[in-house]
Amino acid sequence: MNRPERKRELEEVLAADDPAALGTLHLTEDRTLDSGERLITLNMGPQHPSTHGVLRVILKLDGELITECDPVIGYLHRGTEKLGEAHRYAQVIPWTDRTDYVAAPLNNLGYILAVEKLCGVEAPERAQYWRVIMAELSRIASHLVWLGTHALDIGALSMSLYCFREREIILDIFEAFCGARLTTNMMEIGGFSRPIPDGLVEQIHNFLRIFPERQQEYADLLSANPIWMARTKGVGVISPEAAVSYSLTGACLRGSGINFDVRKAQPYLIYDRLDFEVPLGQIGDTYDRYLVRMEEMRQTLKIIQQCLDTIEKDDSPLMAYESAYVIPPHKGTMTTAEDMQRHFVWVIKGFSPPVGEAYAAVEHAKGENGYYFVSDGSPIPYRFRIRSPDFVNLAVLPHIAQGAMLADVVALIGTIDIVLGSVDR
Amino acid sequence: MPAADQPIWLTFIVAFIVMNVLLIGMAYMTYFERKVMAAMQDRMGPTRTGPKGLLQPIADGIKLLGKEDLIPAAADKVIFYFAPLVIFVTAIVSVAVIPFGGTIELFGREINLFITDLNVGALYVLAFSSIGVYGIILGAYASANRYSLLGGLRAAAQVVSYEIILGLSLVGVFMLAGSLSLRDILAAQQTQLEFGPLTISNWFILSQPIAFGIFMIAAVAETNRAPFDLPEAETELVSGFHTEYSAFRFSFYFLGEYISMIVISLFASTLFLGGTSGPGSTAYWGLGLLWLLLKTVMFLFFYVWLRTTLPRFRYDQLMGIAWKVLLPATLLNILITAFIRLVGNGQI
Repeated sequence: MNRPERKRELEEVLAADDPAALGTLHLTEDRTLDSGERLITLNMGPQHPSTHGVLRVILKLDGELITECDPVIGYLHRGTEKLGEAHRYAQVIPWTDRTDYVAAPLNNLGYILAVEKLCGVEAPERAQYWRVIMAELSRIASHLVWLGTHALDIGALSMSLYCFREREIILDIFEAFCGARLTTNMMEIGGFSRPIPDGLVEQIHNFLRIFPERQQEYADLLSANPIWMARTKGVGVISPEAAVSYSLTGACLRGSGINFDVRKAQPYLIYDRLDFEVPLGQIGDTYDRYLVRMEEMRQTLKIIQQCLDTIEKDDSPLMAYESAYVIPPHKGTMTTAEDMQRHFVWVIKGFSPPVGEAYAAVEHAKGENGYYFVSDGSPIPYRFRIRSPDFVNLAVLPHIAQGAMLADVVALIGTIDIVLGSVDR
Repeated sequence: MPAADQPIWLTFIVAFIVMNVLLIGMAYMTYFERKVMAAMQDRMGPTRTGPKGLLQPIADGIKLLGKEDLIPAAADKVIFYFAPLVIFVTAIVSVAVIPFGGTIELFGREINLFITDLNVGALYVLAFSSIGVYGIILGAYASANRYSLLGGLRAAAQVVSYEIILGLSLVGVFMLAGSLSLRDILAAQQTQLEFGPLTISNWFILSQPIAFGIFMIAAVAETNRAPFDLPEAETELVSGFHTEYSAFRFSFYFLGEYISMIVISLFASTLFLGGTSGPGSTAYWGLGLLWLLLKTVMFLFFYVWLRTTLPRFRYDQLMGIAWKVLLPATLLNILITAFIRLVGNGQI
């Protein structure tokens, strides 16, 4: 039953003005099969401990077997795209934080890349390296949240605490870098307007030193655990054909053995200069996707190490101040009237990009995260659209839940790796 | 072992003490679990209530007493009221047959350190743990909630399957001890085996290691604990059979679960680890109690350890393990034990 049908049914029942009729709604209606067996309908969510927020899944169950799975989204819809069409370009960056809130820098990055493409701005090389470092750190943070909650859903209670312990180190790095931990609003059009804080490089080095050992601990707890394997191997198999036809991206696609990573396919920033591998799965089951994400974390550490090696001693500028689309320097705003006015006007009036359209995509922790603008030359986007990876990936849930067991649903939601803020936007 | 012929009121006093110790033990089992889990998960556990959070169980109990007792409109009220009691009572009466020692002299009287010496003691424990599942099924059914219903169905299938394995795994022990009375089983483990210079007690864990392993797995499943906690599997079924329960009615389920864990641990210590026996336990009955406590805490630690480490099984995998792995293994164990016993008696 699709949403309009469900809505019509609700309206009919409400129009009948009969409290007892509420009980006959689709949700509570049980169906009788030809064989005389009855199916029960289970309404999982939107308030449920393991639907990762406010996802609602309506399940038709034959005993513990799922015969039908119908995800309902929209409970966290905040109209981010519409908000983007009502704000100036630089004011939308904080809204992107709140789409996929476990990997905010990656959202920021996709957004500012689209704006920079539209305006033709290019950030200085050093800023590009720092963007990669922050983006990759937030990829690890996102994968840690995924691993912790995914394992918790399957019953491995301690994993979530271990993963959040390590994520804390990353959040501390974010805090040192930009002052915020979760909704970072970190990236700026044209680079970074503030200097890199002292001691940040040591902090990142410290993380790079600690993390491989800790990640090995997770792998020891899960990778060869017979229960973990029983719960994930052969569960939620996505064939390469299905993965492509559902336009999956990220680990869901690569788990099925298809080599597509935006960082390699359409390199942005300085990714073409970095040496890293794209891990691929073979069967496309939950276990493969687990291995792919675990390996991605290791590759990410490699990327961060390379970036640090390149720019550690670099002292070149971080911001492309020569461009008119970039915020004027903070320096002087407190002392010189002209500087202050220029800064004020840029912030209040915004800037007007050329007429045209632009789409930029980044390899988000969850897949291809794209931002699309149509500019009519005014300081406010004419059209703003987000391609959020988990929204697209979630569409595969009914396909893989078919014939699975009730307990697998939480494993499947976990393996798709959704964040409802990003799904509903 | 002869038991002292003590007046009934003395038995009542012993029973009263045992029951209260058990309830306090249960309360502190939750504290123990939280602290051990916290240590394993790199966090603090309760620290705020009393010194080192020691008053936390009491605060929890008072909080639960003060909560509103909600009953769903569609619930079957009589059964809904009654079901938590079933699981609580069946859990707590099982302790009646556990021997905490022999007969002692205290205040000029002979006192038995056990409530009763039933000649089918082991069967009695198993029987009551079977009845306990009615508390889950009835509560789940009466809640009129689909998560509860699924939890109840899981519990029924799980407990029935593991009940069989739990019982069969003990048959080897019964054959060796020649009795179903827990006191006789305990006495059978007091004999000393000599291996050259080493003298060790003939604990049944040595002669029945397979049975012990299977018993431990089945006991975890029987008490619905991780990784077999499918009836309440909070990530799938919200809270399973007790989703709709609140306040003290919920805490009866909670009490029942923890008491059955303690009882099963006492039971396992008695059957396989020589119960109260240990260095000095024949001379001082207090040491015997201490040994029993140590062994029980060891089992409880094992429970908590499993819970922090392992993911949860899926329903079909759980049944598969019971019927395809554990059941043949127990039957084989019985066969081997019977054969060895016949050879030992010179009957073959």
